[in-house]
Amino acid sequence: MTGRNNTTRTDAKSWHRRQLFFDKAGAYGVIACSVLMTILLFSIIFFVGRQGLLTFQAVSPIDFFFSAKWEPTAGAFGAASFLAGSLLTTLVAILLGAPLGLAGAIYLAQVAPPAIKKILRPAVDLYVAIPSVVYGYMGLTLLLPFLRDNLGLPSGFGIFSAGVVLAIMIFPTVLSLSADAIHAVPSPLEEGSIALGATWWQTLRHITLPAAAPGITTGIILAMARAVGETMAVEMLIGNTPQLATSLFQPTATLTSNIVVEMGNTPFGSAWGNSLFLMAFVLLILSLFLILLVRHFSARKEAA
Amino acid sequence: MLTPKSADKCMRTLFWGAGLFILALLAAFLIYLLAKGLPHLTPAFLFGKSSDIMAGGGIGGQLFNSFYLLLLSMVISLPLAVGAGIYLAEYARETYLTKAIRLSVESLATVPSIVLGLFGMILFTTQLHLGFSIAAGALTLVLLNLPMLVRVTEEAIRTVPATYEEASIALGATKWQTICRVVLPAAAPGIMTGVTLTAGRVLGETAILIFTAGTTTSRFLFDPDVTAGGETLAVHLWYLMSAGLVPDREAISDGIGATLILAILLFNLLLALPLRALSKRQG
Amino acid sequence: MFFKKTMLLAGAALLSASALLFTGCGGGAAGTDAGLSGKISASGSTALLPLLKPAQEEFQNANKNVTVSIAGGGSFTGMNQVAEGSVDIGNSDVDLPEEYKDKGLVDHKVVVEPFVFIVDKENPVKNLTKQQAIDILTGKITNWKDVGGSDQKITLIHRAKSSGSRATIQAVVLGSASFTDDAIIQDSNGAVRTAISTTPGSIGYVDAPYADDSVKVLAYDGVEFNAQNIIDGKYMLYGYGHMYTKGEPTGAVKAFLDYVLSDAFQNSQVEKLGFIPVNKMKK
Repeated sequence: MTGRNNTTRTDAKSWHRRQLFFDKAGAYGVIACSVLMTILLFSIIFFVGRQGLLTFQAVSPIDFFFSAKWEPTAGAFGAASFLAGSLLTTLVAILLGAPLGLAGAIYLAQVAPPAIKKILRPAVDLYVAIPSVVYGYMGLTLLLPFLRDNLGLPSGFGIFSAGVVLAIMIFPTVLSLSADAIHAVPSPLEEGSIALGATWWQTLRHITLPAAAPGITTGIILAMARAVGETMAVEMLIGNTPQLATSLFQPTATLTSNIVVEMGNTPFGSAWGNSLFLMAFVLLILSLFLILLVRHFSARKEAA
Repeated sequence: MLTPKSADKCMRTLFWGAGLFILALLAAFLIYLLAKGLPHLTPAFLFGKSSDIMAGGGIGGQLFNSFYLLLLSMVISLPLAVGAGIYLAEYARETYLTKAIRLSVESLATVPSIVLGLFGMILFTTQLHLGFSIAAGALTLVLLNLPMLVRVTEEAIRTVPATYEEASIALGATKWQTICRVVLPAAAPGIMTGVTLTAGRVLGETAILIFTAGTTTSRFLFDPDVTAGGETLAVHLWYLMSAGLVPDREAISDGIGATLILAILLFNLLLALPLRALSKRQG
Repeated sequence: MFFKKTMLLAGAALLSASALLFTGCGGGAAGTDAGLSGKISASGSTALLPLLKPAQEEFQNANKNVTVSIAGGGSFTGMNQVAEGSVDIGNSDVDLPEEYKDKGLVDHKVVVEPFVFIVDKENPVKNLTKQQAIDILTGKITNWKDVGGSDQKITLIHRAKSSGSRATIQAVVLGSASFTDDAIIQDSNGAVRTAISTTPGSIGYVDAPYADDSVKVLAYDGVEFNAQNIIDGKYMLYGYGHMYTKGEPTGAVKAFLDYVLSDAFQNSQVEKLGFIPVNKMKK
């Protein structure tokens, strides 16, 4: 009896020790997983950056960023039109997509009856699941003819068409993250406002939305990052012409579209190939910058 | 001048409009895609081999590759992402390391997929000599999955009520036991939703895979060889539109569009049902 | 570790595959070399893919122990990877550029790729002289009425500066003049065709096999496009499809190239796709 008791005790002891070991190993394990994220990010920056920066052996940075003359066969690598194209397209997409996403989020979080709520959530996820090639194809066959017939444009290719399709592709990101943020606002805060006699809209505008602002901003920034980086749909609709756009309806090009159009047909390691990697690197830096921007804003908000 | 009451009404109408517009637009897309694609979805099409010259080819190889790549990339990324999510939600104190990690995850999430594709092409396809293969595609897809999964996991864990954990710790459980037995099961529905979302993006991803998994399939249908070409449904769709010469390429494209939509719908449904049961049980 | 697993998987796949072949599809084509085995990898031009994928299938059926994998990626991807040794064959639409002259690559011209100017179907114009084509491509003529069409703005839709097709048109049509930048660029033959078929007043060029009945093919310099006119040297818009190997090919790679160049393949599949057999050209 006692012997048996003993074994259980030693068993329990080693079991306990094992648990303590797991506890420690688990902690190290999850730290390793997390550090891997940093390693991955840096290796991406390193590989893409190293290849891209080789461009500057042949091209001056000033030419690359400020000239719009893209004649690789003649040695002119001015990427300004791609930069401008990426930024403008993203701007159009956000201007159209963010309000729709935010309105949808408010609807989902506070207005919709439960039955519609149940459909809306998965419906929004479905938008994300439609391949960008399909979006591009629908843009090509539905949106462009529509724009041509109604606005009298010669072709319809350009920043506007790409921006509209992008807006549809990115608003779900704004919607999901904003809806989460609105949900996360502590209900006593809202109840207090209502109790003080504020209407639903007043409460939403002055209490809920400001409280959810960091989450909403994150959603918009992530959507911007998606818009800047989206490739296939934009490539099908922007026109891919290396010229500075003077109107929203003129074909131009973006960083991503030019990479995907020219990548397969440029010698790897040549100034031309490297310059495409440099564009990818610029995209990378741009998205890192966006993230830092969010940080800066949300930090200031918390401090205030 | 609007009274607060009528402003209330006005805004409510506006949000109803936005919500209904979102639903109507999706319905229009789905009806458009399904109406064009569903008639082509015969067993011979879904599970047949694709053809480059003759009409009547199928999409069996691509269908298999899509899910095989999805599975492989998830098997690699899910444990890593859950690990990192646990760290950020449960262990991380606000040190520089944590800040760096959080920043990395957020940054990774915003890295454009075309950049990931180029990275995968340099590292996996060329330098590691994996070629245009399922292996190279899956490894690159991991980079796409990770940040999304980490974020979802962290959020899911954070929404687990602190009282659950406190109770477990008070009963003498170690932190790790608490995480494994209490926190993760409670967070599972949230994590699974994240998996579904990520899966949707993987199934539709093109830019990454063109440069890493390539535009060919194995000579055999349903071939688990990871060194074979890994053309997926979405890539095949792109290929048909840009270089396809089969006479019935439009029918095939329409069929692929519908197949992808159906796959995502099924995925959501299959995962949503057990999850609902699970969350009911947990009350 | 990973590679070991890969090899194991590959081995398993090969075993099951050969078992499948034994039981499944017996009786290969006559006159095949049963002794050949190995793996052939090729990458490069997407325009050549529709031609080479069927070749791959036929060749594999005849040589059970050879696995051919063919990926796209673009002409330079192919030339780059074959120069580096990561694939056996690099497919390209263009002659070997300066950068690759010292890499020991051997050129195999396998097919003639004709180009055609295409316009949308509503366009009444039937023919362009060389000078008219030059003026349109350089942006000197911007309205169809100047070349005998209706009063409509010309929208030029064509390929990127890196494209082999564009290089061929540059050489054959433009000479020293340069393309206008005021154009819409698409990344592939298929995309150019789709854009032109949906854009009134547009013009562009594609590899002849891609000009289907959704667009209208123009005669060039008064000569209709057809195979005979090219063989007779009357229709000048064509280039060659190349397959490059590093050094003279041997073994399975040589057998595959021989197969692609064989009369059996050239006279059936090549013509069926709308390319022109290379052996019919008068030297």
